[in-house]
Amino acid sequence: MYGATVEPIEDIRTDAEKLAGFEARIARGEKIEPGDWMPDEYRRQLIRMISQHAHSEVVGMLPEGAFITRAPNLRRKLILIAKVQDEAGHGQYLYHAAETLGATREEMLDALLSGKAKYSSIFNYPTLSWADMGAIGWLVDGAAILNQTMLARCSYGPYARAMVRICAEENFHRRQGQDIVITLALGTPEQKAMMQDSINRWWWPTLMMFGPHDTDSSNSAVLIRWGIKTKTNDELRQAFVDQTAPELMALGLTIPDPDLHYDAATEHWHFGEINWDEFWNVVKGNGPCNAERMTARRQAHEDGLWVREAMAAYTEKYQS
Amino acid sequence: MNPESKQALIDYLITMADDELILGHRNSEWCGHAPILEEDIAFANIALDEIGHAIVWYELAADLQGEEREAYANHMVYFRDVRDYRNTQLVELPKGDWAFTMLRQYLFDQFEMMRLEKLAQSSYAPFAEAATKIRTEEIYHLRHTQAWARRLGLGTEESHRRMQAALNDLWPYALALCEPSNRAELLTQGGYIPDSRALKTAWLEQVTAYLGEVGLAIPTDSSNLPLSRTHHTEHLGQLLSDLQQVARLDPMAKW
Repeated sequence: MYGATVEPIEDIRTDAEKLAGFEARIARGEKIEPGDWMPDEYRRQLIRMISQHAHSEVVGMLPEGAFITRAPNLRRKLILIAKVQDEAGHGQYLYHAAETLGATREEMLDALLSGKAKYSSIFNYPTLSWADMGAIGWLVDGAAILNQTMLARCSYGPYARAMVRICAEENFHRRQGQDIVITLALGTPEQKAMMQDSINRWWWPTLMMFGPHDTDSSNSAVLIRWGIKTKTNDELRQAFVDQTAPELMALGLTIPDPDLHYDAATEHWHFGEINWDEFWNVVKGNGPCNAERMTARRQAHEDGLWVREAMAAYTEKYQS
Repeated sequence: MNPESKQALIDYLITMADDELILGHRNSEWCGHAPILEEDIAFANIALDEIGHAIVWYELAADLQGEEREAYANHMVYFRDVRDYRNTQLVELPKGDWAFTMLRQYLFDQFEMMRLEKLAQSSYAPFAEAATKIRTEEIYHLRHTQAWARRLGLGTEESHRRMQAALNDLWPYALALCEPSNRAELLTQGGYIPDSRALKTAWLEQVTAYLGEVGLAIPTDSSNLPLSRTHHTEHLGQLLSDLQQVARLDPMAKW
């Protein structure tokens, strides 16, 4: 094909035929690629999810970034800088993935800064101690990995490939978090208390990360039909609890859920009801740090305006 | 190496390490707040490199004293107070705006680059080896900060104004980079480190020419700041209370 000019062939199928063809491709496990026909709703859902995911990476830099200067030894400091830097890299990678669907970085950033676009609510909780670096790494990144491992098999090629790469790095993040938790849980009484306090604060918000119950999730059905999601919110949440609860308990840490117990009949860990009022409250922007996070993002954006203008002016003057 | 030279070399390594550490600390404060996402990545990388270099210099100082490397580096970073730090005031100043940060980094990188080229020929072999290795990273830093100095110096009226203001503020502090450390002459005579006067002349020539090229003028009426590394601003104490806060919660604990 090299060197040949390929004339695009006009697609004369009806929308219903196109949709049937599209769904058949997904059923066969084929990846949908940027130039392929796709229903508007598929495109819309993907832009929403991918940009939301990108925003989560970018806003997610703030709570951990706040502890870079305070990391308690040089090794931890280097690892934490590298981790937060990875998050910026994931954000960049994901914005590019969303751009393949026709969204621009500017539109997406505007949507974030105007409050129109959402990001993961977990980052609206404050980081109060060094132990939170452990909890975020192990619990929050651990929960994210379950979701992202699923998305690595999603039907949209660029998103799936981005997830494969991101998951590989997230596994390192999870491991560094686990290493901090283990060190503190087995450390001095003060360190152990610090770790327990952190688990008390992060456990429930982490369970909320998987989103509403399947019965209350407005987007789930269509996302599953089109192969964007292959597991439901509740399935992923259960997998997380099954995996994480016994590991935390083995370290002598207590999980702040009196209803938590292993159910031999279902072979799953049964857990108590999530406080959905809190969940929706944080989603709607009233969490402990929503305002703070958005102020920080807007501030960086506004403070950087003259820099971006100078970059554009320089390129215009000297490189065009 | 005689004991006097050895001590002088340890002192010299610590000035280098402290500069890199404190500058890396200031740079790391941008992580998540940079003007473009690409700089959150690039500048975090520079912070990471600077702190990494600090560790290399602390560890060489540890070797000269027969100390355990990691423990020594952590001790130096987390359990010294303001009066024992030997960084220049240049690196402890708050990060300021992007012009201030980039220009400070450029001035530092240019100095560091020229010094590393000379240190790569140090008669103390471990020093020469480390300098050779670090130099390969420093090339990228210098390219990056030179490019920013150019863009901002020649970009818009506002970016030019901010860069010139930053240069006016930074210049007297930057000169301290070239000040000879304790018994530096002894080290120069032994071929361990380059001559500080020659280095200063070369650096001045280089930065004056480059900054001129990007439309910036070196201020002529520099104030007479104390350039000694035993003088610090109030900012260093605040910086250290942040840096050392968690480590000092329980000095005996492992983190």
